[in-house]
Amino acid sequence: MNPANDCPSIKKPLVSQRVGALAPSGIRKFFDLLASMDDVISLGVGEPDYATPWRIRESAIYSLEKGRTMYTSNLGMPELRMELAKHLERTYGLKYDTDTEILITVGVSEALDLVMRAVIDPNDEVVMQTPCYVAYPAAVLLSGGRPVQIATSEKNNFELAPADIEAAVTPRTKAILSGYPSNPTGAVMPREKLASIAGIADKHDLLVISDEIYARLVYGMEHTCFASLPGMQERTILLGGFSKAYAMTGWRIGYAAGPREVIAAMTKIHQYTVMCAPTMAQVAALEALKGGEESVREMVADYNRRRLMFVKGLRDIGFSCFEPKGAFYAFPNIGITGMTSEEFAEKLLQEEKVAVVPGTAFGECGEGYVRCCYATAMPELEEALARIKRFVEKRRR
Amino acid sequence: MLNREILKILEKDARLSPAQIAAMTGATEEQVEQDIKQAEADRTIVKYKTLINWDKAGNEHVWAFIEVKITPQRGVGFDAIAERIYRFAEAKTVYLMAGAYDLAVIVEGRSMREVAEFVTSKLAPIEGVTATATHFVLKKYKEDGEIFESAEENKRQAVIL
Ligand SMILES: Cc1ncc(COP(=O)(O)O)c(C=O)c1O
Repeated sequence: MNPANDCPSIKKPLVSQRVGALAPSGIRKFFDLLASMDDVISLGVGEPDYATPWRIRESAIYSLEKGRTMYTSNLGMPELRMELAKHLERTYGLKYDTDTEILITVGVSEALDLVMRAVIDPNDEVVMQTPCYVAYPAAVLLSGGRPVQIATSEKNNFELAPADIEAAVTPRTKAILSGYPSNPTGAVMPREKLASIAGIADKHDLLVISDEIYARLVYGMEHTCFASLPGMQERTILLGGFSKAYAMTGWRIGYAAGPREVIAAMTKIHQYTVMCAPTMAQVAALEALKGGEESVREMVADYNRRRLMFVKGLRDIGFSCFEPKGAFYAFPNIGITGMTSEEFAEKLLQEEKVAVVPGTAFGECGEGYVRCCYATAMPELEEALARIKRFVEKRRR
Repeated sequence: MLNREILKILEKDARLSPAQIAAMTGATEEQVEQDIKQAEADRTIVKYKTLINWDKAGNEHVWAFIEVKITPQRGVGFDAIAERIYRFAEAKTVYLMAGAYDLAVIVEGRSMREVAEFVTSKLAPIEGVTATATHFVLKKYKEDGEIFESAEENKRQAVIL
């Protein structure tokens, strides 16, 4: 057998070294297992359980009826960029030029890829938290850069410690990538800590890439937009989305806002690779900004009820569980079971048909934790807790 | 503020127990019980009811929406006439309206005849009522924010990283 590929007639490796070296998701077998089961209560998702609010859907349907099916400007529809600029000014007091500093993308996913490709030279380092969203290290690696991962811990509320960043900075460091509120931990960074990080960015002349896709999903506190910290707008690329706040994951729409040069560079790649974000999704996003506020408020109020109930439920079972102040994830410490994250997730699925994601999927230091998404109907959450309890009781040490 | 949060939760699902509501709000069970008792006592919580799709239960119910015009009476305005109407059990809902008519009355009966009989013999003759217009309900699509026959599907992937 040819070591490089399955096809005997092809001698050269089919896949580039860069992509070949990218670690595959470590939970493949878990997916396969899931596919063969039904009646599973899944806390393994990363999206709202709501369908997109109707008035947002309706605006897109109407636009299709009117025949708005063509490309838009590469940057995105001017009305959408304008509305977004208004939104950012209203919410954070930030002023962005709609023609040069805002780019509408195919989700934060694309924005993340674009920004990495736009700013990274070979072997440039990007400092980031871990456990973190799976795309962070991948985006850096795919751009030829080196992710430098800083472990965060339950003890420190899964917050990025400024001292750890300081210690990780080298002459090759190009940017700090910060993702708060965090997937998978639900952690939110307090403003003072973000201000310290701002100081480090300033001192070492670093860019800050801030993924704030969960900005609207914070509970009992205010989200701090990194770019709104004094002096930070000029070195921050803000990545924002519609997927989570407006329950629009399938629309594939998001944005980046930042310094003109970086947005121009990102736009170049965007232009050559996707032309523009889907037009109907842009229409929907515009409606979301204009008329989606009440729906967001209602959904957030509901997530908060589930959050309080679910975290209490986990603690009542005996888990140590950090209180997540943002996003819609709980990240309990499964230490009381003596199992590894993968073992726990796999056995829980097999024995009790509850799907959670092993913490290790988000980085090695996620070992000992699992990610549970509580964006699920209350009766299902209660049932999931009952099953987890039964599961734990059998093997408590 | 806690009180309003409890009311919002109960308005969506009146069957939740104080323990469940406590878990959803971070309050203690006793606090929740006390707040509910208080709200029941001062009739902030008026009653607990169930939203039923009677078409599915095979029951013959008819509903009529009745526009009522009235001449307000000196001193008591619309309230006295409204009371003459809302005291009838047949009048399920009575609202004072701004616009082309004064009172909106929803009447429930077992048949159109029964409803018509109520309107002609009880409602229309009330002193001060100058005109009525009766509209029968043909089909209920949505009530209290709930769609009766929703075609929505929720097809999420089981695991998304
Ligand atoms: C932290 C984080 N960033 C970005 C994304 C991708 O979002 P989008 O749907 O906007 O591409 C996700 C989705 O799970 C996420 O959790």
